[in-house]
Amino acid sequence: MGMKNWFMKSKNFLIGKLIPATILLFCSYASTAQTEVDAIMMNRNQFCNGLLYNYSSWDKYWEGTLKRSNENIGTISTQSVMYMAAYGVTDKFNLMVGLPYVWTKASAGTLKGMKGVQDLSFFVKWKALSTSIGKNKISLFALGGISTPVSDYVADYLPLSIGLGSTNLIARAMIDYQRGRFTITGSAAYVRRNNITIDRNSYYDTELRLTNEVKMPDATQYQLRTGYRGKYLLAEAVLNNWTTRGGFDITRNNIPFPSNRMNATTLGVALKYTLPSHVNLSFLGGANYTLAGRNMGQASSYNVGAFYAFYFKKNKTNNSTN
Amino acid sequence: MKKNLLLIGVIASVLAMVVISCSKSITGRTDDIPALAPAKTDSEAGNWKPILLTSANEFSVPAPAAVNTTDYTAQLNEIKTWQQELTGEEKRIVQYWSGGAVLRWNEILRELVAKHNLPPYQNPDGTYPVPNPNNPLAYPQFPFANPPYAARAYAYITAAQYDALVAAYYYKKLYNRAAPYNVDPSVNALIPKSDLPSYPSEDAVVAGVSVELMKLLFPGDQDIIQQKAEEHKKARIIAGANVRSDIEAGEALGKLVAQKFVTRARGDRAGAAAGNQALWTQLESDTRAKGEIPWISLEIPKRPPMLPVFGKVKTFLFDSLTAVSLRPGPPPSTGSEQMKKELEEVYQVTKNLSREKIAIVHFWADGVATYTPPGHWNAIAADDFIPKKFSEVRWARNLALLNMAMMDAAIVCWDTKYYYFNPRPSQLDPRIKTWTGTPNFPSYMSGHSTFSAAAATVLGHILPNRASAYNAMAQEASLSRLYGGIHYRSDCEVGLVVGKNIGNYAVARALMDGAGN
Repeated sequence: MGMKNWFMKSKNFLIGKLIPATILLFCSYASTAQTEVDAIMMNRNQFCNGLLYNYSSWDKYWEGTLKRSNENIGTISTQSVMYMAAYGVTDKFNLMVGLPYVWTKASAGTLKGMKGVQDLSFFVKWKALSTSIGKNKISLFALGGISTPVSDYVADYLPLSIGLGSTNLIARAMIDYQRGRFTITGSAAYVRRNNITIDRNSYYDTELRLTNEVKMPDATQYQLRTGYRGKYLLAEAVLNNWTTRGGFDITRNNIPFPSNRMNATTLGVALKYTLPSHVNLSFLGGANYTLAGRNMGQASSYNVGAFYAFYFKKNKTNNSTN
Repeated sequence: MKKNLLLIGVIASVLAMVVISCSKSITGRTDDIPALAPAKTDSEAGNWKPILLTSANEFSVPAPAAVNTTDYTAQLNEIKTWQQELTGEEKRIVQYWSGGAVLRWNEILRELVAKHNLPPYQNPDGTYPVPNPNNPLAYPQFPFANPPYAARAYAYITAAQYDALVAAYYYKKLYNRAAPYNVDPSVNALIPKSDLPSYPSEDAVVAGVSVELMKLLFPGDQDIIQQKAEEHKKARIIAGANVRSDIEAGEALGKLVAQKFVTRARGDRAGAAAGNQALWTQLESDTRAKGEIPWISLEIPKRPPMLPVFGKVKTFLFDSLTAVSLRPGPPPSTGSEQMKKELEEVYQVTKNLSREKIAIVHFWADGVATYTPPGHWNAIAADDFIPKKFSEVRWARNLALLNMAMMDAAIVCWDTKYYYFNPRPSQLDPRIKTWTGTPNFPSYMSGHSTFSAAAATVLGHILPNRASAYNAMAQEASLSRLYGGIHYRSDCEVGLVVGKNIGNYAVARALMDGAGN
């Protein structure tokens, strides 16, 4: 079956209304942005929440641009369970929150892993424009968010710290194209990262700094996702790029530092399935692989989650709708 | 919908305000310190007892031109020409160097140590390459500025600065040529004025002596070091504090004094401190022969132990027999009940460490890519010396006492480590995971504890009202190694005792060097 026919067959399916916000946990060994990146909206008064488990690991990393392994840490694994919730204030205006608990481990060497509650994130998502031309539908979104540590976790313990400790402001523009069941979504985000303080009062980045404050470079994130958006099944391929605007490279055989120039390009899949028999319940799964990077681990990550949706305020005219 | 738009507007403007209001620029603790205006000139420091110089006038400094000569007038005109129009960069260097010559060169030294405190990456065959001082820029760059190397560098440079300043102050008093701003009222003083004679320049003597020793200790960074020295000398002329002949005489004197220290350094046995395979094997078999479990590197591939012969390096404050006599008795036998108990304590302490204690571990860790524990104590000293407004010579004297004590602490500590060759906790009990990197050398006794107690003892003598604070810091630094899971309690406790004993030798010197206090 050609691609075109496949789209045509799918064209009459409604966009699932109970699709939860899929928050991409971009959690490789150091970066901690949790960013809302898909084009799915909650309907008015719709509330959805659930848990997402993520497992990410790497045994190779980029020391600056040099790819290497390190037998003194072996494989670094990061696991997290993230609570996520989304609420439709209106059909075009959603709120989202996320809060992960993260724990890390090194398979070799003596270094102890860390664990703790990481960053609380809050996003607003606004479907600013939506227009149809024949079978083609184009939507524009604007998103804004903030993420901030809710525990005093240790940032200066890479690669085993659970996060980078910075409060981030995220602004994202997103465009979504849909033709039948086929969708393609592109987005660009700018992440303003506030400075952090660390436990020591001196450190060396490219010079000796006599302070406990670390200047955190900002970052950009670009994402392209495309695939099938059905009534019950959502399946997308996701290409993601995170680029730190500044920062410095890890020098030879040195240890990583929160203000390194951390870049990563990942390719992955994102799946969501809503049970036809219980449309309030949906399951998530995904996998990502790091294609290229700098000052980061070459992580492979997998996630699974379960979400439950319901109407926060019952709307009698709508309660039979899935 | 209106409500939503309002909400978006409010959120957007709050975010925008946060972005605009938070500047990201960071300021170092000593970036904006006031210009050094010594509370006491210490003009008699030419009588203080030098460390290596046989006397303050061992090296001669020619008499300067009188202030009424055309030569001197030409030098005053050089200052005036500079001062007519100052660029932002020129103002910046005047401000920066006005903080103090000894302080700034100490900071530069700490920066070089941090830059070079990186263990070499292994060869493909699992051996490790050794930095080569004759080819310092080839990988692995020379030096690997680990704690013993750093302790020695801090000691040589501060001790040489002190001797060079004692000589400079001797000639200042002898020739008594006033500073340009005191000779000619039309020369602006861009820094606080001083009655101290300006020939030879105390700043240039510090620059000259520091450059020569840094060339030996950090040969790959000569360009940066030379650039700093040029900037320093220029800043003094621009500031109206020195004429060019003050600078030239000071720099020449500094370089001469440096040669004494360079000669000593070349013969102090530090060059042979790395040992060789035969020695590393022998340390292991000797320890086994004593019925003890020997230290084994926990790195993969196994890295040779750090500087096993550093314990034989020539000390500053006492002779080699005294150094051996300062070595403590043995640690608990690896097979003993006591060791089992201490090992269990490390396991229990590290299993769940409070956030406060993790902060203590990381505050004092001073590991890879840092200025090392001796550097940390230099930073502590500098922070406390700045408000005391010490003269340059007193700054150098106090830092020399501190750093000679810490170098000798490194020597006695390393001698002890390799005499007993005692394993780290994680070697005896692999369940023990550490909150900081496990150092690649034997456990007994704790280097951090030895350095810290030596430092606290010296600093407590110099600033008696801070003595209990320094002791508390040393205690905390010491215990941080137990919390981190890399030392047994006895390593820490014995290190503190031995460190204090070593610090007392520096105190004894301080009591008789003529500086008072």
